[in-house]
Amino acid sequence: MLFDNYQPENFFDEMFTADGTIRPHYRSVAAAFNDVDANEFRNKQTAVEASFMRGGVTFTVYSDSQGTERIFPFDCVPRVISAEEWEIVEKGLIQRLTALNLFLHDIYHDQKIIKDRVIPPQYVLSAKHFRREFMHFEVPKDIYVHICGSDLIRDRNGQYMVLEDNLRCPSGASYMLENRAALKRTFPELFKASGVHSVSNYPAELLKVMQYCAPANFRANDAPNCVLLTPGVFNSAYFEHAFLARQMGIPIVEGRDLVVRDFKVYMRTTAGLVKVDVIYRRIDDDFLDPSVFRADSLLGVPGLVNAYRAGNVSLANSIGTGVADDKVVYYFVPHMIKYYLGEDPILPNVDTFLASEPADCSHILANLDKLVVKSANEAGGYGMLMGPWASKAEIEEFRKLIEDNPRNFIAQDPISLSRHPTWTEEYGFEGRHIDLRPYILYGEKIVVTPGGLTRVALKKGSLVVNSSQGGGSKDTWVLRDSVPE
Amino acid sequence: MSKSPPTQEEVARHKQTNVMLSRVAGSLYWMSRYLERAENLARLMDVNLQILLDFGQVSEDILKEHWLPILRSTGDEDLFFELYEVADSESVMEFLTFRLENPNSLLSCISNARENGRQVRDQISSEMWEVLNDAYHYLKATDKENLWDGGASAFFDQIKCYSHLFQGITVSTFSRNEGFEFIQFGKYLERADKMTRLLDMKYHILLPKVTDVGGAVDAAQWQAVLRSASAVEPYRRFYVADILFAKVIEFLIFEDTFPRSLMFCLEQMDDFAHLIADTPAGEYRSDGERRFGKFLNNLHFTTAKDIINRGLHEFLTEVQIEISAFGGHLYDTFMYHPPVDMQAEIRFHQQQEQQQQHRR
Repeated sequence: MLFDNYQPENFFDEMFTADGTIRPHYRSVAAAFNDVDANEFRNKQTAVEASFMRGGVTFTVYSDSQGTERIFPFDCVPRVISAEEWEIVEKGLIQRLTALNLFLHDIYHDQKIIKDRVIPPQYVLSAKHFRREFMHFEVPKDIYVHICGSDLIRDRNGQYMVLEDNLRCPSGASYMLENRAALKRTFPELFKASGVHSVSNYPAELLKVMQYCAPANFRANDAPNCVLLTPGVFNSAYFEHAFLARQMGIPIVEGRDLVVRDFKVYMRTTAGLVKVDVIYRRIDDDFLDPSVFRADSLLGVPGLVNAYRAGNVSLANSIGTGVADDKVVYYFVPHMIKYYLGEDPILPNVDTFLASEPADCSHILANLDKLVVKSANEAGGYGMLMGPWASKAEIEEFRKLIEDNPRNFIAQDPISLSRHPTWTEEYGFEGRHIDLRPYILYGEKIVVTPGGLTRVALKKGSLVVNSSQGGGSKDTWVLRDSVPE
Repeated sequence: MSKSPPTQEEVARHKQTNVMLSRVAGSLYWMSRYLERAENLARLMDVNLQILLDFGQVSEDILKEHWLPILRSTGDEDLFFELYEVADSESVMEFLTFRLENPNSLLSCISNARENGRQVRDQISSEMWEVLNDAYHYLKATDKENLWDGGASAFFDQIKCYSHLFQGITVSTFSRNEGFEFIQFGKYLERADKMTRLLDMKYHILLPKVTDVGGAVDAAQWQAVLRSASAVEPYRRFYVADILFAKVIEFLIFEDTFPRSLMFCLEQMDDFAHLIADTPAGEYRSDGERRFGKFLNNLHFTTAKDIINRGLHEFLTEVQIEISAFGGHLYDTFMYHPPVDMQAEIRFHQQQEQQQQHRR
């Protein structure tokens, strides 16, 4: 049997308890896989990779002059989340996104949270993505973050924790959908007995969110013209942009397809200029409008910010939301929840030290070989020091960086992320560390898609799950009903 | 059962989904053209490799004589001699199949078709995209050695197959909207252009010695031309006759029931251009439309005999000019938008912003 030699070892394992028993909500998956032998499994794994390649579900390897395309490695064993666990996760995420939106509204208006000394002013005002220009600007329907992907992990005790919030252009939703489709093709029998929530509603929900936040002066009887703004085919996430646009049935546009006249945005079509009302932008603030932000950028649309200010076009997400996913600001999210909602956070943060606080800083500098250090605004696994695994030289390099610019760094104790049985060519099933990125949409109400993207650190022992650093992914199941013990 | 009338929202939605970006129109058009170009190239190479088999032992001169007109017909003769010294089967095949330096090689065509498809992936059906992707990976996985060992004919067949599959899938999965019209227009324009080049090849080469006209070699060559256009069987069914120079020309230029004939392709171009421009059939509203309409009309009053008397090569050159002018007209009108002058735009919007602040 495939799982016979499986060892949870000394980690929290999603599928097995410490004594090797299968957790109840994994029973049907385990039973189905027990009918599969290693050869068959290997064949299915190959077939699924071929189908990704055929469908062009790939990302381009930039460093390679041949324009080599790779698939995002996919592991066929689904990650299963019980109905009870999900209920907590869902509530926690809704609570968190509610607080983050209130925070964004506050700091772009009265800044009460600063005046009440809950967050020291310098942390907000010095945040790289704080957009002073948008002070006192009214965003449509008061929603700043329409699309959020917060990264969750589970620690040694199985406690779900928030590792970081992605409030700018979180990606990966297309892989959530493609992974589900791939697993349905490969192991249809797995689904029969399990009662899994569908994730296929995501694009429709996303379109509803866009339509809901149409400009205030928009005529009620018309459907707003929605578009997805991409940096273009050379962007590594282009697959996702095209995928989502197609699923929603809206045009995917590049900066050069748009033009701004009289504070309105138009797209250039075969029938002349057509007005655009809502833009799901997958371009960062800095590149959005070269007449306001970076003048050297060729990706954006000159005049877009003016049109946005004039209330003639809506943006999802709004401008300046990045201030709330600064890793220093992340530290204060539990305080925000308490401050704005008067509630205790349902999903805790990972314990974090701020290098800009003198006491924390000396602790960090004295324990660089034990901590994980992250720069405040990097993503994709870049700008990180994994202390326990780092070389002396790397540690010294970070010491210098932190001393030069403490505002830019935080540190956390390395969390022993939960593990999940994952197929390896050498040993069959082995435990690999995983995290979870659920997708949260904020329109008429906040909706969490029941599922998400589970990323897997495919290298033995590695804690880094980013696709750019050798990570893979899994289908993520949320069960409809509770399973008896 | 009667259909319920669309709601206001549905109407608005319909209007929105029928908006087509100029860039998208351009990509659909080029995607289709490149794939059609690849198909024609694959057929041309396949046929010529097979003809060589009929020659028995061949000298370097014969090889050169054989391949040069083909290179000339693709318009890339100069580039070829920058890259190679001798035109033999292997070098020409490599040049026309795998060289990325050759913008019209099979690999370049398929890559370009796929790249254009990728840029409009949200617009085309998954099935269409998968064929483009398959064709690309198939070509990438083959190299020169592979091609010779594995049977060139099977290889070229496979390429033709991808093109047919793509066009078939397009017909059965793509909505009959403006995008479809651009795809069809691109296909027929490319096909018409390639037909003129194919016929012209016979002029370049194959121009036989006077004594050979009507002889066995001449017939074999005209048969090759027919095969390069997938037209041998339709020709035979139509004429039930030997392969004769004048008849082949008549068939390939004027036979408007045959979907690769010049006339058929030109008529289709005209039809789809009318749909794209939203001009009623029979009417011509712009200079570009008028010019093409006039040319097409004249062609209806031309016979194969007229063409032969005037000179086939001269005639084909004129057709190429007309095709290119009409394609250019449509491109400029619907697919091309002059690039934005970024610096001017930035200055313009910054000034506007300052005026705003002034007023506040």
